[in-house]
Amino acid sequence: MADLSKNDEAVAAAVEAPVGRGEPILQVRNLKKHFPLTQGIVFKKQVGAVKAVDGVSFDLYQGETLGIVGESGCGKSTVAKLLMNLESATAGEVFYKGQDITKLSGRALKAVRRNIQMVFQDPYTSLNPRMTVGDIIGEPFDIHPEVAPKGDRRRKVQELLDVVGLNPEYINRYPHQFSGGQRQRIGIARGLALNPEIIICDEPVSALDVSVQAQVINLMGKLQDEFNLSYLFIAHDLSIGRHISDRVGVMYLGKMAEIGTDEQIYEHPTHPYTQALLSAVPVPDPEARAHRERIILTGDVPSPANPPSGCSFRTRCWKAQEKCSQETPLLAIPQRFDGLDTPAAHLSACHFAEEKQVVPVH
Amino acid sequence: MLLEVRDLHVEFHTREGVAKAVNGVDYSVDAGETLAVLGESGSGKSVTAQAVMGILDVPPGRISQGEILFQGQDLLKLKEDERRKIRGAKMAMVFQDALSSLNPVLSVGDQLGEMFQVHKGMSRKDSKAKAVELMDRVRIPAAKERVGQYPHQFSGGMRQRIMIAMALALEPELIIADEPTTALDVTVQAQVMDLLAELQRELNMGLILITHDLGVVADVADKIAVMYAGRIVEHAPVHEIYKAPAHPYTRGLLDSIPRLDQKGQELYAIKGLPPNLLAIPPGCAFNPRCPMAQDVCRTDVPPLYDVTESPVKRSSACHFWKECLHG
Repeated sequence: MADLSKNDEAVAAAVEAPVGRGEPILQVRNLKKHFPLTQGIVFKKQVGAVKAVDGVSFDLYQGETLGIVGESGCGKSTVAKLLMNLESATAGEVFYKGQDITKLSGRALKAVRRNIQMVFQDPYTSLNPRMTVGDIIGEPFDIHPEVAPKGDRRRKVQELLDVVGLNPEYINRYPHQFSGGQRQRIGIARGLALNPEIIICDEPVSALDVSVQAQVINLMGKLQDEFNLSYLFIAHDLSIGRHISDRVGVMYLGKMAEIGTDEQIYEHPTHPYTQALLSAVPVPDPEARAHRERIILTGDVPSPANPPSGCSFRTRCWKAQEKCSQETPLLAIPQRFDGLDTPAAHLSACHFAEEKQVVPVH
Repeated sequence: MLLEVRDLHVEFHTREGVAKAVNGVDYSVDAGETLAVLGESGSGKSVTAQAVMGILDVPPGRISQGEILFQGQDLLKLKEDERRKIRGAKMAMVFQDALSSLNPVLSVGDQLGEMFQVHKGMSRKDSKAKAVELMDRVRIPAAKERVGQYPHQFSGGMRQRIMIAMALALEPELIIADEPTTALDVTVQAQVMDLLAELQRELNMGLILITHDLGVVADVADKIAVMYAGRIVEHAPVHEIYKAPAHPYTRGLLDSIPRLDQKGQELYAIKGLPPNLLAIPPGCAFNPRCPMAQDVCRTDVPPLYDVTESPVKRSSACHFWKECLHG
């Protein structure tokens, strides 16, 4: 238990990190989601659990973008679902303006959800093919009629289409008449319909072509400035994560490995997993490639149903020692950097945290 | 030259009309060389590869024109049973999605061994031993125990290794890898690309790498062919193209990707959408999206100009390549 409170202190320290941002709009504390594994058909008994999210804490401030990066299966999408209360958390809290979302239900939950909206990954499956664009974007108004009175809806929807850069005349078209990038704009318009404060974006551009990706990323940046939105941006592409985020959290096997500003994470990473991840990203510049050290990890990500003891990264880590298998490292500012005024002094869950530059700095 | 594709045209007859997927592609690969074919979806990069392998769906597809010379022999003039002997033995393909390319009801050992049974007439027992050897070669741990397992029992990266093992089975001279790492996570992607590059060097194979990822290409390719609307718009050695692109489309692509090593302000976005293959714009297919387009671009199709300025040959299909290269 002593360990836990120490962790909370570290998290509290992180809260103060971004200066001048005021109160966080969303506070996530020790969030957990364990999916039970059962055996038997009539008499089900639990034989274990997939620890998809296993103690994640972070803050989201008004108007900022927090990027969550990690490989598939690290729990980043589950975090998104928990924040929307689409999955119920096993443990932990999500405070929206001081209110714990995980404990809400019914009318109170509906009121909170108005302010937290989501944009999904795949624009081909997240839009109903039998509904017109007008109906898709206008559907949130059926659930929250106070936002747009009935007679005003058509105008509202056309306004939204205009905001995301689509022709307002397209209101009666169906999703199949649009390209992938245009569909993602429709998904964004739907997310914006209720004037939310927070938008959770689950890999919104990973299904799009390169030349179209840039259009959508730029649009999201523009909308953030215009409406003072906070984004939680989930990505597996680290380059996009850096481009769009003010702060970045790196997840591995349901836990946060490292979190900090984009400069701290990309230019001064201290967790070996972050370093390996960054060094594996192909940089589109053959000149830069020659100057960069590559860390090739061996093996695959372990199963979250049976994670390694201690540090979950130790099975693939080149620094792993006895201590790593016995003690779970806490997400805290590494001791050697504590109190120092260096970009390496940010939260990192490693016993042997050490600064290492893997991305060439210009 | 190991493989030479000359003026290849492929079209698909659909209910809406004729979709011109490939409109005059020329490229070549030598032994030990890596050619990257770069393009967005619908640019014709995979269709060209399918035509080379001889696995194009005919109909609706049709090769309307062109030659595919493999070691000097025109593959398009061969009969199907003669082509079959080349496919797998002399040229092989690695597909994008390993889970859907492997047969879920056969063990990986059976699928790997099949190559030897069909092409070399080996017995089941011998072919199984060969399969274990191959799995060792692509560094699958405990190959002997895992040879009897089924595709779903392997992770994504391991499955892709099995696909590579299968392509390598008969030690072909040419490998075509169609987006081999797109479905994989970055750390695994690096492992698989390294393996592919190493085996290529070892066996001195020609490699055609089809991808949309400019980053992956920079790491492994010798030369790059950029495709747009079924044509090659720029062809150059890898270093040159990143330093100074000679086509506005290539430049747009390079500017539009976020970089890991710098935090830019706004990304450059190529306006508009990729063209509809049923109605490719007249003149240069890229003209409606091009910031440099002039009247001539809307009427005249630009040929692949020779834009060589250094000792290495490169070409660009843009009327204004000079302005693009130096501007």
